[in-house]
Amino acid sequence: MNPTEAITIEKLTKIFYTRQKEVVAIENIDMTVREGEFLCIVGPSGCGKTTLLRILAGLEKQSYGKVIIRAKNPEKPLTSMVFQGESVFPWMTVQENVAYSLRIRGIPKNERLKIASHYLRLMGLEGFANAFPHQLSGGMKQRINVARAFVSDPEILLMDEPFGALDEQNRLLLQQELLKIWEGSGKTSIFITHSIDEALVLADRIMVMTAHPGRVKAIVPVDIPRPRDILALRSSPAFGALFNQIWQLLQEEVLKAKSMELKT
Amino acid sequence: MAENRIRFSATLIERGFSMGLMEETLKEQLGQIIIKEAKGEPKKADIDRGVILKILAFLSPSLLLVLWEIFARLGIVDVRLFSSPVMIFNTMIPMLYSGELLYHTLISVQRIILGFLAGAVPGVILGLSMGLFAPVRACLMPMVSATFPIPKLAIMPLILIVFGLGEASKIFTIAIGVFYLVLINTMAGVLNIDDIYLDVAKNFGASPFQFYTTVAFPGALPMIFAGFKLGMGTALLLIVAAELSAAKAGVGWMIWRAYDMFDIEKMFVALITLAFLGYIFSYLLEIAEKVVIPWQSNRR
Repeated sequence: MNPTEAITIEKLTKIFYTRQKEVVAIENIDMTVREGEFLCIVGPSGCGKTTLLRILAGLEKQSYGKVIIRAKNPEKPLTSMVFQGESVFPWMTVQENVAYSLRIRGIPKNERLKIASHYLRLMGLEGFANAFPHQLSGGMKQRINVARAFVSDPEILLMDEPFGALDEQNRLLLQQELLKIWEGSGKTSIFITHSIDEALVLADRIMVMTAHPGRVKAIVPVDIPRPRDILALRSSPAFGALFNQIWQLLQEEVLKAKSMELKT
Repeated sequence: MAENRIRFSATLIERGFSMGLMEETLKEQLGQIIIKEAKGEPKKADIDRGVILKILAFLSPSLLLVLWEIFARLGIVDVRLFSSPVMIFNTMIPMLYSGELLYHTLISVQRIILGFLAGAVPGVILGLSMGLFAPVRACLMPMVSATFPIPKLAIMPLILIVFGLGEASKIFTIAIGVFYLVLINTMAGVLNIDDIYLDVAKNFGASPFQFYTTVAFPGALPMIFAGFKLGMGTALLLIVAAELSAAKAGVGWMIWRAYDMFDIEKMFVALITLAFLGYIFSYLLEIAEKVVIPWQSNRR
């Protein structure tokens, strides 16, 4: 394994068995994620993006194939996941949610609240430390979600469409904040999204997946320098060209997914 | 053009701008302009309504008591069977002063609390385990399902044989009634927790014990409290039955004693005490729920 590679995936296949049939979620995925890279995955709905991420997070076991993750620091947790949808614990305050991973690791209360407060400030949550999540908007809850994953300081950060349910304005704000916090941390990250825009803003490389079963269709490098400014980036010519390229790739798969839906 | 201007003016008026003269001409040109204007006063009416409802809620039971007394005095209600509010009151006061009522009440309260704890604590622990771990559920569920429908009163003789005539049998009777309700509610509470929260805990490496303390227990708390409330209702029911046999004190014993002596007034005093106990216990549970589950208080 090359020392600049953080993750190597070889012939990864996941089959879900139900009583009536077998569903191949992902098939023969071969890919690498480089050290310190931000990789975005786009693909039609139901192409197994989430399954891939859940295997990397250890929440699911693959049927065949190999995943190799290189840990530089064995003290740190291997992966942390930012989940899709409502995953902030309603029974904990914002502060307790953000510090959750530290509580699991048995770090004393004073210390964990100190670490948490740093990330609360980074994500613009400092005024809400003692609020309960039900008092907050969807955008605020996703900020907690992101902060919670960063606090655990993992080797690899996994994000499963964290901004998918947000409105456009909140999505732009959170992309900006994520860029800022991520560029400061330099963490190897994998980010799933439906939005080509979002992938272009965040990623070093974009992996396009095929429709069911999920395979790697293409990997497109995004050579836009960092630190990035979302507004300048979105109006640059490179952005438009890349958008078209990815949409061409994706369009085929989305149409394929649609026609399969009609058959079944 | 003219029509546009009129519409514009009309919206201005709707929004509460005072337009004086304009208003007049508008009404002449178009007969159908509807003006809705609020001057900000209905607050007082709302308050008055609230006060009236409270007075009604107080008056209706008072009226019932007065009617009961009147009918008792007129002989329409048989006082030998149904007594009368004044007669019950006259029996109650000396019992309060002598400490007799307090003595019996405290004995029952002690049995209820001990029985409640003896049933609720294992109920919560087993309920959490059954909710979290499918093998535990598979092992225990058949037994729970099979024994839960047995009326608790039906096993009282068995309890008396096993635990004897002392306090233990009374406490156990209450405990067993509370146990099932808390167990089943706790388990349902855990099973209702969204899988995503379990994934989060797993993702951050929570140990089985941490699953209990950070996800299963707090997530199931609202249902656990629902179980506590049901359990408390059952506890009050069972205390009367438990004190029927081989007891020498307690509110339930007072009722059966009054039955033996045909002392209707004393029986009513005991019934009122039970009602009062039920109210106090559910009030305390309500307060405990608000303290323990602060994240729910604003949702309702």
